[in-house]
Amino acid sequence: MSAPAISLESLVSNNSFDQLLATAKTAGCASSSCGSSAKPDEMDSAVWQKINDHPCYSEEAHHYFARMHVAVAPACNVQCNYCNRKYDCANESRPGVVSEKLTPDQALRKAIAVANEVPQLSVLGIAGPGDACYDWDKTKATLERVAKEIRDIKLCISTNGLALPDRVAELADMNVDHVTITINMVDPEVGAKIYPWIFYKHRRHTGIDAARILHKRQMLGLEMLTARGILTKINSVMIPGVNDEHLIEVNKWVKERGAFLHNVVPLISDPAHGTHFGLSGQRGPTALELKTLQDRLAGGAKLMRHCRQCRADAVGLLGEDRGQEFMKDQISHDVSYDASRRKAYREVVARERGDHVRAKSQAVATVKAAGSTKSLLVAVATKGGGRINEHFGHSKEFQVYEASQTGISFIGHRKVEQYCLGGRAADAALDEVIAALKGVDIVLCAKIGDCPKDQLAGAGIRAMDVYGYDYIEAAISALYAAEFGSEPVAAKA
Amino acid sequence: MAFKIVVSQCTQCGACEFECPSSAIKFKGENYVIDPAHCTECEGAFETQQCASVCPVPKTCVPA
Repeated sequence: MSAPAISLESLVSNNSFDQLLATAKTAGCASSSCGSSAKPDEMDSAVWQKINDHPCYSEEAHHYFARMHVAVAPACNVQCNYCNRKYDCANESRPGVVSEKLTPDQALRKAIAVANEVPQLSVLGIAGPGDACYDWDKTKATLERVAKEIRDIKLCISTNGLALPDRVAELADMNVDHVTITINMVDPEVGAKIYPWIFYKHRRHTGIDAARILHKRQMLGLEMLTARGILTKINSVMIPGVNDEHLIEVNKWVKERGAFLHNVVPLISDPAHGTHFGLSGQRGPTALELKTLQDRLAGGAKLMRHCRQCRADAVGLLGEDRGQEFMKDQISHDVSYDASRRKAYREVVARERGDHVRAKSQAVATVKAAGSTKSLLVAVATKGGGRINEHFGHSKEFQVYEASQTGISFIGHRKVEQYCLGGRAADAALDEVIAALKGVDIVLCAKIGDCPKDQLAGAGIRAMDVYGYDYIEAAISALYAAEFGSEPVAAKA
Repeated sequence: MAFKIVVSQCTQCGACEFECPSSAIKFKGENYVIDPAHCTECEGAFETQQCASVCPVPKTCVPA
């Protein structure tokens, strides 16, 4: 297998599509456990249609498709101990944070500008700050306007669930087919430690009373969405000592009520954020604690492991954020939607994905055939397309895969500071990258210099670029077979 | 008899604007402002002042 004759990257830059499409590679050469991968046999095709280009609902799609969030609904009806509305900051990357709020009209112009520039765009979401179902007029106006102009975009919202039951019918009417509900508890005693108050039916409720109402409304909302065939993702913030063990119970409840995906995210807690948890010293979970809990939940509702906890105004593939390129003052008043680039991109992706799926299943078969009980942890530098196509020094995150007798699974990502800036390498940054890669056996990238390679080797991590531009799973399977296979295998196909 | 918004604390989420039963709150210039001529402190409409009950920042929506 070689690099594709046409790279998805080239499509994303400003080149002639016709020429690129004419040469698009169709010849062919897979499976991840997170979210949903290439259409599993047991998945009904209507569901597959809904998720196959949604980066948050399908791990496989997140290699190809991008989302944008528009912060149009800032009002909220629940106070959470991990949120402080006064501390939004442009330099921070975490949910609920935005640099600017938009009116529905501004959001529409931004969506058009992004759709014209970012052909990977497939989803527009309203994900805070605030609650999309509570600040409903602005949410509705935005979704209606965007759907009218960009007909083939998927719409989704996220909500705390309190006002959700009142909006399900309208969400269904507007073809919103993905809703995320943040559910941190199913026991009001636990809830009282997370939510100081809610605003419901014209008054503030506190303590157990507040948590009980919120819980009832969340379950009702989830059941109503399931009844309408709207796919739901449940986000749960993992708060050590408060709800970590309890999330196993939450997983059972939401699975029973038809949740499609369960996404456990780590509490982000820092005194500088001014949140109750940040100020009271409540810590977030370690990467290991998070993975241990996710592994324990693996038998329940399907887990999402590729979440990047993005900002509420993020734009781009999940691993990147181009939001700063599309600020209000950078968008002209007169923008009109041009569907051609997104259409061309989707056509190429459709072909490329078929190829990728075949490569993946072959790779999984190779790993299983090796008949080994050992596992291999591989960190990959990628900028999308399911390929090893990023330079080591340019990576802002590594995607981590585990190869074992059960196949090849995507298990998460490790964020790092970019090590190489403007051609100059920073040694301090390299130490941090090495620390972030702890436990990883092998690093795969498109290119790496001798110096970082040696330093990684010193830390027991083998880095290599011989598989540059190959499919991730294909390279991992070749490595696994070479390492643990019973028969000698050529190092590279 | 009116409430006011402490501008320096306000996050401009706008929840108070649509909860206000008297349409007394408007976004003017760069801030939300309560018009004392229209504010009733929710008397006769609700038990508690809606703006102060929904405001996410303590001591930001207060008696004038």
